[in-house]
Amino acid sequence: MEKTILARTGNEAMAEAMRQINPDVCAAYPITPATEIMQIFSGFVSDGLVKTKLITVESEHSAMSACLGSAAAGARTMTATSSQGLALMHEILFIVSALRLPIVLADVNRALSGPINIHCDHSDTMAERDTGWIQIYAENSQEAYDLLIQAVRIGEHRDVLLPVCVSTDGFIISHGMERLETYPDAEVQKFVGEYKPVYNILDVDNPITVGSLVLTDYYLEHKRAQHEAMKNSLRVMSEVFSEFGKTFGRTYDFCEKYRCDDAEYILVCLSSTAGTAKAAIEELRNQGMKAGLLKIRAFRPFPAEQITNTLKNAKAIAVLDRSESLSTRSGPVATEIKAALYDACVNKPMQTYIYGLGGREIYIEDIKKVFNNLKDAKCGGQVEYLGVKE
Amino acid sequence: MAAPKQSAKEPVRFIGGHRACAGCGYPVFLKQIFSSTKDPIVVVSATGCLEVTSTIYPYSAWKTPFLHNAFENSAATCSGIEGAYQSLKKQGRYDKNVKFLALGGDGGTYDIGLQSLSGAMERRHDMLYVCYNNEAYMNTGVQRSSATQLGAHTTTSPAGKVVLGKTERSKNLTEIMAAHELPYVAQTTIAYWADATSKFEKAWNTPGPKFVNVYSPCVPGWGYHMSQTVKMSKLAVETNLWPCYEVVDGVYKVTQKPKERKPIEELLKTQVRFKHLLKPENKGIVELAQKFIDQRFEHLLRMEKATNPEAK
Repeated sequence: MEKTILARTGNEAMAEAMRQINPDVCAAYPITPATEIMQIFSGFVSDGLVKTKLITVESEHSAMSACLGSAAAGARTMTATSSQGLALMHEILFIVSALRLPIVLADVNRALSGPINIHCDHSDTMAERDTGWIQIYAENSQEAYDLLIQAVRIGEHRDVLLPVCVSTDGFIISHGMERLETYPDAEVQKFVGEYKPVYNILDVDNPITVGSLVLTDYYLEHKRAQHEAMKNSLRVMSEVFSEFGKTFGRTYDFCEKYRCDDAEYILVCLSSTAGTAKAAIEELRNQGMKAGLLKIRAFRPFPAEQITNTLKNAKAIAVLDRSESLSTRSGPVATEIKAALYDACVNKPMQTYIYGLGGREIYIEDIKKVFNNLKDAKCGGQVEYLGVKE
Repeated sequence: MAAPKQSAKEPVRFIGGHRACAGCGYPVFLKQIFSSTKDPIVVVSATGCLEVTSTIYPYSAWKTPFLHNAFENSAATCSGIEGAYQSLKKQGRYDKNVKFLALGGDGGTYDIGLQSLSGAMERRHDMLYVCYNNEAYMNTGVQRSSATQLGAHTTTSPAGKVVLGKTERSKNLTEIMAAHELPYVAQTTIAYWADATSKFEKAWNTPGPKFVNVYSPCVPGWGYHMSQTVKMSKLAVETNLWPCYEVVDGVYKVTQKPKERKPIEELLKTQVRFKHLLKPENKGIVELAQKFIDQRFEHLLRMEKATNPEAK
């Protein structure tokens, strides 16, 4: 397949994927650093490069509300947002997943207020981890482009029917220019295929009621159905990853294992920090330390089996969280990992960190320090702040 | 205009078996809305009495597509459906002519959903928004809203020893919507069948964004007997508390002009929520309420005169 090599920022890569997906409807509201995605996409609409109906709403709450209406009307629907915008959508995110509407959202990770800040951390998406959306974290522009295309197939699968959020790190990736390989429009269109909604509010000959009041007698069953759909998404994602790999030559997985096979010390993180970690690991390997990286892409569903299988042979584990849950314990990623290891009866020395909040830089030296500290790691270590001014 | 007898022969889009209170206003205006067009209608509703009493899973009183999203976003949700409809039609993937109705109570419209409504109207979506105004948050148990009248007792503006019901006048939402320069804006109420259905018919026949504010009496919220709903609706018009009028492309027309405006006491004495205002020591509140009503009506007449000199 002919590929085009371009220099693109994360936002440009996301917008390009959206152009090729060519959704029926986009309803969106601008917010830094995600604004560009919809700005670029609006250009595609104005130039007639997409068939999309663009609804420029007056808030993110209305953006997600309009997306819900659109998806319920049988239209393939996408949006983009960040931080406060995602938080404003919060209430409707639950309703979208409960109504089983496979909306795809491009998020650019940015710290939540307060204090107000426009730079990267994962507090926005981590705050939405329980909303029933599939969450995928992209390391770079290429992943953002590839995963957004795959998100359509994953969410719309009949055994899943869940909304999907694909995110990149604010400014670091959203505004960082990188090498991007794109695929021909026709091939992307073929891969995403035609959207066949399960129900349609526009089917006036077979009228249905959507969004009923569900009381004590059926609410639990509704949630159970969502639980099953999320479980099914583990299988469906594997299938889509594999098909994408065969079609476009780049194979994805729930996690990326980097030099983990013989690793004694493994660091776990999400998104762009993985790039920094890989550079640190190369240096440490040269110094004789058997260091490895486990980068988690899919946080919802949580790929517990793959994670525990990778971590169970390590001597010690470090987990980096780019968001706080202010429990006085570890951040959300580390908490999930601990639960997964407990379920697998694996008890390993682990050191957990909070880092990079509000866009605080993380350097190769920081990661090397984390690995070096792991040599003395014990079970029951308390969470530490990395790179903080004490 | 669809006469009641004629509308009784049409296929029913909202069926019996719903769980609205006896005497509730909303099933009445739904009949008026549905009998005013033969086209299929997709309905979106805000959270509220209408929604919770008509869609208790696994039952539904709707024989037309119905979608409920949340409390504050029925206009935005409807705008998404309408947007999808436009997109699919343009692509040749949908060929029916459908009308779109967004519903909300005064809580979902005057207050929490005002931004969503304003946005959808400004974007000129082809939809009719109907606010059913019963002057308080009835679904949650009669709390004050910005549509609640001055002096009204609600559970969050209770008539006590010091505070005597709501201390502010109601918001004039219909004028806010008129300021959006919509092709059709109107106020009506359920008791005036011809007034209501002719307005809904005009609204349905007008492309673009439309807004109709329907005064819809509430038996438990207002405190009157369930047999008196029509009377309550009429009294609101006869006292000029709820003038029936329309604004067509900026041109005002007052569609019901009482020959002699009844004093507001005539209405206050029929409803438990105003009972405390009838005490002689609370006369000042009644006078103030009367002043607000007269001011608003006079303003309306001035707007009619200015924009529509031929109106009678």
